[in-house]
Parts: sequence; C-alpha cells; structure tokens
Amino acid sequence: MLKRKSKSEYVMKKERYEMRFCGSGGQGVITAAVIFAEAAGVFGDYYVCQTQSYGPQSRGGSSKAEVIISTKEIDYPKVVKMDCFLAMNQTALDAFFSNFETDGLLIVDSTFVEQVPTSGAISLPFTEIARELGKEIVANIVALGAIGYLSGKVSMENLEKAVIARVPEKFRELNIEALHAGIELAKNVNVDNLSHSPSLDDIYGHTD
Amino acid sequence: MQSSSEDQSQKYLLQGNEAIVEGALAAGCRFFAGYPITPSSEIAEIMSRKLPTLGGTFIQMEDEIASMGAIVGASLAGAKSLTATSGPGFSLMQENLGYASMTEVPLVVVNVMRGGPSTGLPTSPSQADVMQARWGTHGDHAIIVLAVSSVADSYEITIQAFNLAEKYRTPVILLSDEIVGHTREVISLPPDQPVPIFNRIKPSVPPEWYLPYEDNSRGVPPMADIGSGYRHHVTGLMHDAKGFPNFSPGVTGGFLKRQYRKLANGADEIQMTKQFMLDDAEVAIITYGCVSRSAIRAVRMAREQGIKAGFLQLVTLWPFPKKAVDAVCRRCRAVLVPEMNMGQMVREVRAVNQNATLEQLNRFDGGFITPAILFRKLMSL
Repeated sequence: MLKRKSKSEYVMKKERYEMRFCGSGGQGVITAAVIFAEAAGVFGDYYVCQTQSYGPQSRGGSSKAEVIISTKEIDYPKVVKMDCFLAMNQTALDAFFSNFETDGLLIVDSTFVEQVPTSGAISLPFTEIARELGKEIVANIVALGAIGYLSGKVSMENLEKAVIARVPEKFRELNIEALHAGIELAKNVNVDNLSHSPSLDDIYGHTD
Repeated sequence: MQSSSEDQSQKYLLQGNEAIVEGALAAGCRFFAGYPITPSSEIAEIMSRKLPTLGGTFIQMEDEIASMGAIVGASLAGAKSLTATSGPGFSLMQENLGYASMTEVPLVVVNVMRGGPSTGLPTSPSQADVMQARWGTHGDHAIIVLAVSSVADSYEITIQAFNLAEKYRTPVILLSDEIVGHTREVISLPPDQPVPIFNRIKPSVPPEWYLPYEDNSRGVPPMADIGSGYRHHVTGLMHDAKGFPNFSPGVTGGFLKRQYRKLANGADEIQMTKQFMLDDAEVAIITYGCVSRSAIRAVRMAREQGIKAGFLQLVTLWPFPKKAVDAVCRRCRAVLVPEMNMGQMVREVRAVNQNATLEQLNRFDGGFITPAILFRKLMSL
C-alpha cells in the first residue's frame, strides 16, 4: 500500500485549496462560505474565489457554496477536486459529494447526517450545539469555527474578525460564542488519526 | 470622481456585479435607470442605495425600453449613465440603443448574460448574446462591446467602458455572465494604480457657432449638455451637422462612414486583448468572458504535459480585434475557440484567417465549460 501523507501535511502543501459547503436552504451555508472567504482573502492574504448555487433550489431545497483559496491568482473559479467538504444534512451530502479528494476533509453535522460515504469523516453536532446556545440558526457559525480550525487555512483571529464584520451588532455576541464553540469541538479532533478513505488502489491492488 | 491618493485602499470580497457598480461610480456614473432582472439585479439594487448618497439619480423604470430611453436623455443632459439587464431586457433595449447610436450618445449598457432565447434559463450562464450585442439594433452602426472575466475585470473594464463611451461618443455594451456576475473575489479599492478617467469633450466655440454633429480629425464632435445654452437638436432620423433631418446621399454616406471611422481611429486603444503564454505557443485557445478562466487553467494543464499551449483573451469583442487574432492564427498550428453558445465568435475568427486550423467547442446547456473539457480538446489538436 502507498504511504499517504498525513492530512495536516497534505493541507500545508496545497497551493490551491478547494472547499464546498452545503446544506438545505436556510442553514446558512452560503453565509458561512462568504465569511470563510473573507477571513482568508480580506483579513488573510490568500487569493479567494467564492461561488454558490444560484437558482430556484437556493430558495428551499439543497444549497451549495464553494470557496477556492490559493497562494496564487485563481484561474478556474469552481471546484475541480474538493479538499474540504462541509455537509449540514444527509441530502446535501449525498447530492454534492462528487469530486471529493480521497485525502480531503469531510466534516458533517451529526445532528442531520446519519451515514457517511467515507471512513475518514468527522461528525460533529453543530446544530445540537447551536440549540444549546439558544438559537439553531447559528449552527452554520459553529460549523464555520470547526472547519476554520480543521482546515488550517485561516487564523482563528481572522475568522473572528470576519464574523464580526458580517454579523449585525445585535447578534454579534451569540455568533462569536457559536464560533468558539465550533473551534472547541474541532480541537478534540486529531485529523492525523483519522482513517483514510481507501482508494480503489488500496482495495483492488491496481485499477488500470 | 478621480480617486485621490490619500484614500486608504481597502480589501473587499465583492461579486462581479458589485464590482461593476464600483467601477461605474469610480468612472463618474451618476445616473442609473433600469428594470431588475436575474442575474443582473444586484447592479440595480446597489446603485439604488449608492447613487443617492453621491448626489446621483436612480430610477426604477416600468420596463427596459423606458430604461434605455431614460439613460439616453440623462446622458444628453451631461450625466454619465448606465443601465444593466440580461437577455430579455437587452432585446427590449435594442430600439433605443439604435437611437443612442444614431445620436452618438455616450452611455454604458451592461448585459449579464443568461441562457436564451426568450426568458430561457434565468439562473444559468451563457455567452449567446455576443452577436446580438453587435447587431441587435437594426441598421448599419458602429458599436463597442467589451467582455469581462473576473471581479477585477468587472471593475476596471467598466471604467474603460465609460472612458470609451465618452471619448468616442458612442454607446458601449459591457457583457458579463451569470458566473462572473455572481463570483466573489477579493479586490482592493481604490486600486493601487487608479484607472484614468476621461470625460466627453465639450464645445469650445460660442453657442451660435456650435454644430453638434460636425466632423473633425477624430470624427468625434464635441458634445454640449442639453440646457447649457447650446442649440442641440437630437433626432433618430439621418441628420446633418446641425442635427436636423437630411436624407441626401452625401450626408447619409458621410455620417455612417464617420461612425465607423471614429472607432477605427481609436482601434489601438479600443481593441483590448490579454495574452497568456502565447510567445512560443503552437496551439492556442481564443475566447472571452468566463470561459477565459477555464482556458488559462487548461493551458497550464497542457504545459505540464509538455504541450506548448497559449491563450488569447478578447476583452473587446467589437470592433473585432482582427490583428491580434490573425497573429495567433498565423503562429499556431491549431486554434481552439470555445464558447458557451452554438458557435458565434468562431465565425469571426474564421473570417479573419481562413487558412488556420480552427476547432470550435460549444456548450449551450446552461453549464460551464470546464478546464478538463478544454484540456482534452487541446491534447487532441
């Protein structure tokens, strides 16, 4: 079997990092993607490109947003191979899992996702935590904290600045609390101990 | 508005549509009339918030015919004017666009392209309006059409669109598409190197000597604001130097030739292109708008495989940048023209160089032409 790089090593080496955020309309995945992009590109020094599904499905049904982060100017603005995938429910996970990089990070909201397509998935209870904080609507920000921490692409300081810049003052405290709850959740995960999802090569020897 | 150097530049994450607004305001646009339509609506929405704070005027009109009429009028009165729409609205604008062309009124029309015909695919990208942008209004006419491919472009090229409109007294059409319009990228505003701003030349003669359509070396008559004391007769009929209807062959022929000549005079600055790895290229992609992003990626992928590929981006679609296209066709053994339509600009490339080995690649189902599709095609050339 080929020796794989550890997940953290893999993240560090990537010049272009491709992320997808999905859930159902109203779960705030587009907002989470925009805040992530601002943390990386406005408050950080990366080039970023943020796109989203745009259409009737964005008003109900599954919603999808993508963020490309790169140390160089970004040519193609959409995902080619996903390095990081956040799924807030089962339907969206199943619908948008294609193009997932075998060594990538799969992070799901265990509140709404029962089955995962790869053994290396990270299941965290974003919505449950948000409910405990008093407002289910901040589940996206809890997830943002976790994904920000685990991806290693943004500093927690910049992530917080980006949240503050986007959120109305009235809800600032709640959102910051949600962000930190997400970061704390993620701190308990050791990405290098996750099992890799096997490639066809691993299972069948060769696939040519 | 010239941005002063004291302004602290700041980074923003903006959509292409938002960057068009910023570019227009930086260029001095102070009048917007329009009717919202997906995927261009953000332009109208943000203009409605920003223009009043800058002393400008925003009007939501009853439809796109009226929108076009309103910006012609506002520009005649001296305001740099903009409207923004998508396919169905662009179709309605064609009549008054012809009027703007006949009366040589500087203005900018943004068309954020979506799939057509008719109401078509409201939320999907397309590049199928490139011929309509050239020939949508009836009659021979000269026009400038520009296409953007990124958020940075959307800012800069919008300023260029206003500059060209003002310099050449012509409507300018700015083509974006659903992908560029809705992609967010980081942009520093005001930019480190501000784009120079040009304003229309006003008459320097006393009012009684002024001829609003008199030829000169540039073919661009100075333009007096309506209401500024200069007699300025405006008609959609063929007209003489005074602006009054005149259908004599001499006047008619002279007028149309001047329309074409004034843009030919400025061809060097009007016909904008961008080049990527073309110096030693043996195969090349020629395209425009959002497909440029995939093309750059595909060229990089081909280079990694040892294929000498290059890319020519057409920023100006009309007047068609013949020289730049011909140079690529002569140099490369094969040229690929991908478009998100059934093959429109490829006809123009073929007309420029009939000896070139030309391949077209078209996608017209509302999807994006991906780098992988282009790469496979490049490898087979």
